Amino acid sequence: MAFDATIRTQYNNNGTREGWSWLDPFAAIGRMVIGWVNNLGAAAIFLALALWQAFRRKQFSKIIQQIYFIGARSLTIIMLVSLFTGMVLGLQAYHALTQFGAEGAVGSLVALSLIMELGPVLTAIMITARAGSAIAAEIGIQRISEQIDALQTMHINPIRYIVSPKIIAAIISFPLLTAVADLVGIFGGYLSAVMLLGLNAGVYWHSTQVYVVLADVTNGFVKSIVFAVLVATVCCYQGYFAHMRRDSHGAQAVGLATTSAVVISCVLILVSDYVVTSLLI
Amino acid sequence: MDAPLIEFQNVTKRFGDKTVLDRVNLQIYEGQVTTIIGLSGAGKSVILKHIIGLIQPDEGVILFRGQPISGTKKSVLDASLARISYMFQQNALFDSLTVYDNIALPLRETTNLKKTEIHRRVMARVKQTELTEAVGKYPSELSGGMQKRAALARALITDPQIVLFDEPTTGQDPVRKNAILSMIAQYQRKFNFTAILVSHEIPDVYFISNRILALYNRQIVFQGTPEELESFDHPFMDEVIGSLEALQKELTGLYSRRQFKILNHVQMKRRSQKDPYCLVVFGLQELHAIMSRVGYDTAQEVLSTMGLYIDKHFSAIGGFSTRRSTNEIITMVPYSSLAETEGIVNDFVRDFNAYMVPRIGETACRSASGASVDLVILAGIAEGQAQGDIDSVILLARSQQKEIGRLSCAAGE
Repeated sequence: MAFDATIRTQYNNNGTREGWSWLDPFAAIGRMVIGWVNNLGAAAIFLALALWQAFRRKQFSKIIQQIYFIGARSLTIIMLVSLFTGMVLGLQAYHALTQFGAEGAVGSLVALSLIMELGPVLTAIMITARAGSAIAAEIGIQRISEQIDALQTMHINPIRYIVSPKIIAAIISFPLLTAVADLVGIFGGYLSAVMLLGLNAGVYWHSTQVYVVLADVTNGFVKSIVFAVLVATVCCYQGYFAHMRRDSHGAQAVGLATTSAVVISCVLILVSDYVVTSLLI
Repeated sequence: MDAPLIEFQNVTKRFGDKTVLDRVNLQIYEGQVTTIIGLSGAGKSVILKHIIGLIQPDEGVILFRGQPISGTKKSVLDASLARISYMFQQNALFDSLTVYDNIALPLRETTNLKKTEIHRRVMARVKQTELTEAVGKYPSELSGGMQKRAALARALITDPQIVLFDEPTTGQDPVRKNAILSMIAQYQRKFNFTAILVSHEIPDVYFISNRILALYNRQIVFQGTPEELESFDHPFMDEVIGSLEALQKELTGLYSRRQFKILNHVQMKRRSQKDPYCLVVFGLQELHAIMSRVGYDTAQEVLSTMGLYIDKHFSAIGGFSTRRSTNEIITMVPYSSLAETEGIVNDFVRDFNAYMVPRIGETACRSASGASVDLVILAGIAEGQAQGDIDSVILLARSQQKEIGRLSCAAGE
């Protein structure tokens, strides 16, 4: 009896199942996993098509426009966030290292933390919040208002026209913004540790220069490129297929697609950060 | 008849559990205006989306020039589809682009034309669709009618061979509806494309259509001319045509052709076989030339004013009228002899020239551009017998048409 999975399951006259079985939760998990795998495959194909279309003609001006939107217009917020992150790092590091008489290492700690981890991660998360959400919402609205269908009827490939420039612009913008974030963050550490707490400026810059090597900077840029591909693909994908969501329709679907885009992007940034770090170390 | 340009053979389409099209068979011929009519949600737009390739059928075959689309090589299919344009029900204009950029988009993205040539073509379409003032505005800054015209201009910018119009007149007032339909008809004649419309606008759409396809209960139940549809005996006529006619506010305020036919039938049944009646055929000469000079909206306003005045004048003596084509109104005067009718028409002409022509002139001449334009109103009278054939009486009245009013707008007036 205990192994009869259908013991509580009834079938009505139409052959439709009623009631529940103890296998149902497993079936639900299975459906969910299959759904994820399907989405993963679809997103990979979506990315491949977008990258392929990126090298078609008439893309340059669109990519420049998107670099302005994703990159240039995110500059202020990235600088602000990284400045305070650097300042906090400088403050914490100074107080912690002073206890061991190692305050000379504050510069290198701030610089390495920013260049290897916080710079790429915070930049990616801030761009996701500012530009990624806007990308998902914009494409979602274009989808539900039939603008994407209109492109198809005009024989303009929607992935070429809408998606490719955004992904390429993200790949170009993320490392540049990460570089800016790193520099501003190191300056923030200088402000708090040197200007406010009185650490010797020469010690701060010397330790930064000695302990940071080119490989650290390169690894940070590799991460930022990985994040760019993930964030841009997820945000474009969520918006592009907003009309196929099962949980909602119309404007609500665009709203949920935007939320999903931001949440999934942030989770993927952190997960991929670990994976990439473990591969690069 | 020639081989069809597009043919559906037993096309079935389901969305989930819902079957929208069930073994649909239809033919669309080149160079014609074909209109698909049916109730809302019947699946009319789904037919258009099958033609443009946005939706694939679950079952059945779609033939393009006799070749099944599904088996055609992608390059050949793309070349065929490139000659089709689609005008969406909700316009689908890019709200982040100006009207100019929306219209220029297909040329910029799919051709290698120089900027100057693209500008020339776009401005030509902008002028034709009377959007000159709106060219730098965004779609959200335009009225519904202007958005429709912007979408129409975009659909026509690539000089397509086939244009699909998905409810092009939705949400427009009667004058604007007829202006858009007239514009479609005129462009269709001018550029000789095949037009496929989905519309509710009965009877207005009959005036511009060569063929009507009736979609009812997921199937095409009628294919033929608007005249053949009048004698089509099917529940579709009562359930769909009747209800759509009841919903329409006719441009001219006159009876629809169907209503006119029924009213005439009832009137004539009461009369003895030899009882005479009179019929007046009013016309507006060279309406299409007038449209290009004074604009589509103004031309429709002139027609509307004329229709309303005819109805007001003749209904007082038991007459009733219908619009037979875009520029022709027929008035039945059932209880008057030829001499009496001539007297009534003379009174009408006097009043019309005294009160209505100046009013029409005020509207029309203000909109006139370029060379001078003459609005010539014609009328012809003929007598028939109660049980006789009405069509021959109409032909006779038409042949006797003479000028009853003329309005000249000087160049630049």
